[in-house]
Amino acid sequence: MSSNVIASPRSNSAQSPWYKRNKASHSSFEMFAWLFMRLSGVVLIVLIFGHLFVNLMLGQGIHAIDFGFVAGKWSSPFWQVWDLAMLWLAMLHGTNGVRTIINDYADRNGTRMTLKTILYIAAGVIIVLGTLVIFTFDPCPAGAVTDLPSFCPVP
Amino acid sequence: MWSWVGHRITGVVIFVFLLVHVLDTSLVRVSPEAYTAVIGAYKNPIMGLGEAALVAAIVFHAFNGLRIIAIDFWKKGPKYQRQMLWTVLIAWVVVMVPFLIRHLSIVFGGH
Repeated sequence: MSSNVIASPRSNSAQSPWYKRNKASHSSFEMFAWLFMRLSGVVLIVLIFGHLFVNLMLGQGIHAIDFGFVAGKWSSPFWQVWDLAMLWLAMLHGTNGVRTIINDYADRNGTRMTLKTILYIAAGVIIVLGTLVIFTFDPCPAGAVTDLPSFCPVP
Repeated sequence: MWSWVGHRITGVVIFVFLLVHVLDTSLVRVSPEAYTAVIGAYKNPIMGLGEAALVAAIVFHAFNGLRIIAIDFWKKGPKYQRQMLWTVLIAWVVVMVPFLIRHLSIVFGGH
């Protein structure tokens, strides 16, 4: 088995074993990031398991999902808050996870900076977009006729 | 070590799906037709199997995440990490079997 062991990240880079990529930081950011992964992870299990159960297991499962299904859910503040919390926690948890992987495997400073810049821009766009969609959503858009939820006024 | 590899791989897979999932859901802001058309593309057997794989990845990541928390915060966590890995795999099977029966019968049940 010993030949089958994957080396720890950053243990076999060109500079190893004297390798110090950064000066020691006095910030406690990494400790908060570590704690956040554990706390958000527990909350996300509840949020995502609930999300999957309601959307895939109940009723007709995935066949029931259309515009009317989403509109029906987001007409309730309960599901708006649920989905908003899920969006923010999942994106921050996922972004921090990918940040850790980039830090582990991208050896060159420039590569690391580039990948993390792309990651942060993508995460920022998705979080802002998702938040706007949840709060500016109109369940009965003017001019639409198909797949509307049943509570929309008949045109 | 393999649980650590699995945790990283499932994490990245879930994150990539999440980016796409927020984008497809955002189509509700474009028009009901646009959203329903794109979601309609998910409702075929191949995507149904993809969803099953995604849920399998999420459930593993969730249960192994609880194991990581136990290793970090529970005094006896490191000592029992191997037994907890087996617990994770058994719990994964216990959740996945009913999920797959229900989800795949919906996906392949036809409507």
